[in-house]
Amino acid sequence: MIALVVRDLRLAMRAGGGFGLGLAFFLIVTVLVPFGVGPESTLLSKIAPGILWIGALLACLLSLDRIFALDWEDGSLDLLATSPLPMEGVVSIKALAHWVTTGLPLCLSAPLFGVLLHLPDQGHKWVVLSLLIGTPALSVIGTFGSALTVGLKRGGLLLSLLVLPLYVPTLIFGAEVARRGIEGLSTATPLLMLGGITFGTIALLPFASALVLRVNLR
Amino acid sequence: MGSFWEYANPVKFTRMAETVLPWVSILATVTLVVGLVWGFFFTPDDYRQGSTVKIIYIHVPAALMAINVWFMMLVTSLVWLIRRHHVSALAAKAAAPVGAIMTVIALATGAIWGQPMWGTWWEWDPRLTSFLILFLFYLGYMALWEAIDNPDTAADLTAVLCIVGSVFAVLSRYAVNFWNQGLHQGASLSLDKEENVADVFSTPLYIAMAGFVLLFIALVFLRTRTEIYKRRASALLARERLG
Repeated sequence: MIALVVRDLRLAMRAGGGFGLGLAFFLIVTVLVPFGVGPESTLLSKIAPGILWIGALLACLLSLDRIFALDWEDGSLDLLATSPLPMEGVVSIKALAHWVTTGLPLCLSAPLFGVLLHLPDQGHKWVVLSLLIGTPALSVIGTFGSALTVGLKRGGLLLSLLVLPLYVPTLIFGAEVARRGIEGLSTATPLLMLGGITFGTIALLPFASALVLRVNLR
Repeated sequence: MGSFWEYANPVKFTRMAETVLPWVSILATVTLVVGLVWGFFFTPDDYRQGSTVKIIYIHVPAALMAINVWFMMLVTSLVWLIRRHHVSALAAKAAAPVGAIMTVIALATGAIWGQPMWGTWWEWDPRLTSFLILFLFYLGYMALWEAIDNPDTAADLTAVLCIVGSVFAVLSRYAVNFWNQGLHQGASLSLDKEENVADVFSTPLYIAMAGFVLLFIALVFLRTRTEIYKRRASALLARERLG
């Protein structure tokens, strides 16, 4: 299992674009938003947590089709399926590797991009915290979507259509944590809900992902 | 009349559909016409809402169907995954576009009613938002059916998507509740509450709801039968090519 994590991480690093591309996309989104809505700092600081969340979500989405596509093409997915590791394990590892290569860098760089959007000082920790708790759910849900569309030739658009509605609850609670944190309100309820979604998806969704992956490999 | 599972046999199902379909269609037409005509022309105008209140006779039944069609798809998907009856998977496929259209009708009539009443076409109200999300789920479900060539793979994948989607749809419903306070009125049609819509309005509404249900049943029978014929035709073509 650890070997698989290491392999996936190494592939993502060396293949070029795995690591950096998501971050660069995140940067582009944060840079483009002020062009779209105007440079007013009060407005920007108000919408900053939402923008950061949406940027992270889109950056996550962008890298989803890589999760299984490359392994599917060169046949290593079939090898993984016949290995002693259960399919649920493979799927979880893939989600973990995706999170380490996209979710984690996004969380860590969010404060930096927050500066661009005039994110209030007390907001940085809440944005990072909510992203840290929420992005694993994005990776796990995305792995499910990726497993659904792995056999398709042009699955990219379909993948976003399938995955984005599933992201709704995570986005709502994640952005709510950041917003409430900035306004100094209690964040306990959305934080617990966000954590619940993340742990619930980590616990249950790999079974569904493994099921659809087995169907696709049939 | 044997067990319910007999109709998992496509031949028995189509034969049953053949006999039932005309009756259900006639019944659906009659109830729809009675319900809508009664609702539109023979109910008094509401004293505050005027005649816009009459959109309720389309809005409420469509919204009712939008949710229940998804529920029916969930049940048939489970039946397909557990008992592998092809008719069940095809029924889910056949129901999806109907449900999507019902969702659109509910959203559109709601917008038309909301413009004069709330002063806005659209409001990010929990009910409206969750219906929009439900519509996105329908779109994704139908797109996945279209995208996959192998019918059995498509049935499996869409069934799993339907189950996972149901969980997330419920989750979204409560999440948007938390996210924004509602403008939409609560339910005013129930069996156990004291305050309900007045009888003059509710009787034709119940008839219209029955009409929508019957219409849905007729459409699903028709579309499932068509799917079975299509599947049989492609099987015949494949055999011909081999022979």
